[in-house]
Amino acid sequence: MSARRGELRVIGQPLQKVDAAARVTGVAVYADDLNLPRMLHCRILRSPHPHARILSVDASAARRIPGVKAVLTGHDLPIRFGILPVSQDERALEAEKVRYVGDPVAAVAAVDEEIAAAALDAIRVEYEVLEPVMSIEEALREPAHEPIHDRAYTRRPFNVHRQLSYDFGDVEAGFARADHVREDVFFYQGNTHLPMEQHSAVATYIDGRLTLWTSTQVVHYVHRALAKVLELPLNRIRVIGAAHGGGFGGKTDPFAHEIIVSKMAMVSGRPVKCTLTREEVFYAHRGRHPVLMWIKTGVTSEGRITAMHYRSALDGGAYGSYGAASAFYTGTLQTTTYDIPAYRFDSVRVFTNKAPCGPKRGHGTPQGRFGVELHLEKIAHDLGMDPVELKQKNFVKPFTRAVNWLRVTSCGLEECTQKVLDAAGYLGRERREGHGMGFAISSYMSGAGTAIYWNDMAHSEVQLKVDRTGVTAYCGAMDIGQGSDSVLAFVVAEELGLTPADVRLVTADTDTTPVDLGSYSSRVTFMAGNAALEAARKMRNLLVEAVAEKRGLGGDLPADLRDTIEVRDGRIGDFSFEEACVLATARFGALSTTGSYRPPRIGGPFKGSGVGPSPAYSYSACVVDVDADARSGLLTVNRVWIAHDVGRAINPLLVVGQVEGSVYMGLGEALMEEQSYRKGRHKWPSMLEYKSPTFLDTPEIETFIIETVDPEGPYGAKEAGQGPLLPVVPAVAAAVYDALGIWVDEIPITPEKILRALEARQKGQQARYGPKAFPAFDFGQPIRVEPPDPHDMRVGPELEEAFRA
Amino acid sequence: MLRLPRLRYLRPASPREASTAAADLGGRAMLVAGGTDLYPKLKRRQFDPDTLVGLSHLGELRVVRGDACGGFEVGALITLSDAAAHEALRAAHPGYAEAAGLVSSPPLRNVGTIGGNLCVDTRCNYYDMTYEWRKSIGFCMKKDGDICLVAPSSPRCWAVSSSDTAPVAIALGATALLTGPDGQRELPVAALYRDDGIEYLAKEPFEVLTALRLPPSDGVRSAYVKLRRRGSIDFPIAGAGVALRLEDGIVRWARIVLSGVGSHPVEAKAADEFLAGKGLTEEVTAEAAEVAARPAKPLDNADLAHFWRKRMVRVVVEQAIEKAAARA
Repeated sequence: MSARRGELRVIGQPLQKVDAAARVTGVAVYADDLNLPRMLHCRILRSPHPHARILSVDASAARRIPGVKAVLTGHDLPIRFGILPVSQDERALEAEKVRYVGDPVAAVAAVDEEIAAAALDAIRVEYEVLEPVMSIEEALREPAHEPIHDRAYTRRPFNVHRQLSYDFGDVEAGFARADHVREDVFFYQGNTHLPMEQHSAVATYIDGRLTLWTSTQVVHYVHRALAKVLELPLNRIRVIGAAHGGGFGGKTDPFAHEIIVSKMAMVSGRPVKCTLTREEVFYAHRGRHPVLMWIKTGVTSEGRITAMHYRSALDGGAYGSYGAASAFYTGTLQTTTYDIPAYRFDSVRVFTNKAPCGPKRGHGTPQGRFGVELHLEKIAHDLGMDPVELKQKNFVKPFTRAVNWLRVTSCGLEECTQKVLDAAGYLGRERREGHGMGFAISSYMSGAGTAIYWNDMAHSEVQLKVDRTGVTAYCGAMDIGQGSDSVLAFVVAEELGLTPADVRLVTADTDTTPVDLGSYSSRVTFMAGNAALEAARKMRNLLVEAVAEKRGLGGDLPADLRDTIEVRDGRIGDFSFEEACVLATARFGALSTTGSYRPPRIGGPFKGSGVGPSPAYSYSACVVDVDADARSGLLTVNRVWIAHDVGRAINPLLVVGQVEGSVYMGLGEALMEEQSYRKGRHKWPSMLEYKSPTFLDTPEIETFIIETVDPEGPYGAKEAGQGPLLPVVPAVAAAVYDALGIWVDEIPITPEKILRALEARQKGQQARYGPKAFPAFDFGQPIRVEPPDPHDMRVGPELEEAFRA
Repeated sequence: MLRLPRLRYLRPASPREASTAAADLGGRAMLVAGGTDLYPKLKRRQFDPDTLVGLSHLGELRVVRGDACGGFEVGALITLSDAAAHEALRAAHPGYAEAAGLVSSPPLRNVGTIGGNLCVDTRCNYYDMTYEWRKSIGFCMKKDGDICLVAPSSPRCWAVSSSDTAPVAIALGATALLTGPDGQRELPVAALYRDDGIEYLAKEPFEVLTALRLPPSDGVRSAYVKLRRRGSIDFPIAGAGVALRLEDGIVRWARIVLSGVGSHPVEAKAADEFLAGKGLTEEVTAEAAEVAARPAKPLDNADLAHFWRKRMVRVVVEQAIEKAAARA
């Protein structure tokens, strides 16, 4: 399914997004825009304590308030849910225990929001307050009262949620043959997605059928969670993805409010809406995990890596969410970025009494990227080598298999690097105190190789309907602003010789569209794109067949003859597209084709190999230019150059938009964003106090698109939505070192930390600010994995056969 | 979303009528002009009036009178955008106009007024939170509670004066015109404030601030430097308003006033005295800044580390002195 013959007419063009006009004119209907007749407004009562047992909930006074139509408490929704099958640890309303400030306890639906809010204030909840656990270090000790979650669920000591330990290749031998070994500790602070649109959901329940409009990235997983908690068959539930105002990973879990409005609609018989306040969005969170890292690497005197030992400890917050996968992601993709011949990877995720962490743009990988990039910079300085040169020596090569079995196909790291170094003038940069440049690279998945729940079905399905009225594409994919609807239209238009405006789209509606797993893990262009390509090519063949028959070419048309019939500019051979549709409908009956995509089995023969494999990896390289003032510690990012290997740009405008958005978000994480807590509470759950860069704080960003044409991506395309964030953060820290000669081994890099590092240097201490040590924790015996042949590119059944051999 | 409480909105015919109405209602009424400070705080239940006395329709307060020679009377309803862009004002008192132009963000400056900015509520990140958040952590003495969460042993509230325009106004020796039920009075802007996070204004709550009187320019140079995390939106975490008069390179007088470092605009009088009669060398400026920073008392209730903010006061004062001195 790689590049097709001939000239591309739609693919590669900087076309307008299909929904652009609706977005900028305010016509797009977001969930909160829905106002249905007799609709009730729902508000949720949340825990004021970070950790407490619920002794009693008395909602009787709330029920008596005029205008209150329904009140729910934990006993009404007892079934647990969670995005991962291994972490079914949430309840829509907690009945026994609360685990963070913001944990939902009760909910009210009333005729207006004011009454609902007043009713919340009338609900009496009696708590037995427990000592909260607010840090990784505390979570790795015996708790004062009781663990946050039952040990029957975690089956692990202290407040440990998950732990893992792997040995890929002979790590001891790798360190033994190193000429230089270095250890470093880093901390990546947690931060949140900050979408413009708060989460919002509206439910109706009529004739035994539930309909939910919601702002989600994963209609399919919300569908499944509703079925489970509400005990309804899937066929009685319809989930519709409303116009989306931004997710970035923050709307990738099923959420309590979605379940609550559904249940409210069922008990009240009226439509119910819940739109979270901005404060509640900070509590819904599922954002970047705070991660503490310890990295040890051996290198030869020439700078070749011989072995790496990488440890991460993730502060997971109160619930599992995607955490079991997040822990893997902090370490797994080191090997798709650098060629590491022997790799030990340990990770532990802990529960704390904070808003639950989960996937944010780059899911688990920016933390590791930050640590490893800076660690390699330091090793280069130890060796008296230019960091870029050391990194280049260790770049992963295209079409190789990593020591942890991840298969790398197309890889434009060299091209990306050359592009940004040249554009920035990195090697000839101006060297003066207070000015610096930093360089970093990254890789990221184009879709997870495995589904969230185990099954053998396709990850994305597309149906195409063509009749005398035109073309309609149906797909469960949810456009969260990244442009997945546009990509579907572009692919279908390309294959059928039409313009994107000729393609009607029906997406993200579980009643009418076939399943796509959702907008997460940068999977939609790759997977839905391939599914659309297959459906469109089948449709094209039907149309060509009918036209050929009309021209008397007839029957089973050989491929070379079929190719003589051109499909372009709204024509199929000598016929207009409409005429061709009439011919094909007359010939074949109702015209409908399907396409689907399932990634091949890629992962290695060991438990846990399902996290990390992807059918293709994108690559990025970035240079950041900064001025850093030694007196104030103030840091100004002047400019960012970034090159991204997207395989092929289906639409260069959308790719640049994704890259720029990633850079902006990365700069926010590097410089200021911080999900911080004080006295057990989120310190600043407001858009004013939680600092995120404005336009004025965002520098010029120069983006270069690198096209390596991946053999398995649609037209060779790979992802662009997440990977470009990754190199930005370490590049800023490296630039600070270049400017002032100090290391800030912790983000965000605030002026205070710069001053503290400078002071440390003045006092003759290490010229750095950052964590001192990694906490003691027994990771147990690592799972030992024999490395593959680095040239073994086999996938799917062939690979599985190799495991058996 | 957070909703406004149910409110009665009055539309009085004059400032005096407004003041009388507010006085009659006592604590149940609040005055409102642009509302950029008040409305979000009402949504967070930081105030609980049942009546708002609207001022924004009073056209007589939306006028700038006077000129550089005779001084200006700037109506309290002049928006911050208009004050920042007012040519004569900018030429005569660049520091004031620049302060107005640094408040918040363009949309809020288009609505927020200069009177509102002088009266802006003191801020604290234990206080500027929703009702639910404040209830969760335990209410503080500024609203609904009885202790100070940033300094629990303190008998007083340490919310931070966050007006960008007050420091320069005070440095310039500006006065405020107030209308009460019984008539008008004029007092120095410096006397408008009290060093208390709760009772931060020295005026009666029902007195209507109608205008700001700025003196003739008379060779006075002024500047305002604001420190905040981002290039827009944020309140000051340290700011310095400076007015000074130079004669033959010698400072005849200087006034330095700080924002964002105490519950009131902090006058750095020791630095003013230090500067008087001195030539503005780099060393003198640095020492003046050092002296000016001493009364600054940042606490852990605003953005960024307070140790760093304290240290930065020196830097912003130095920059403000240099900027003012460089102005013709």
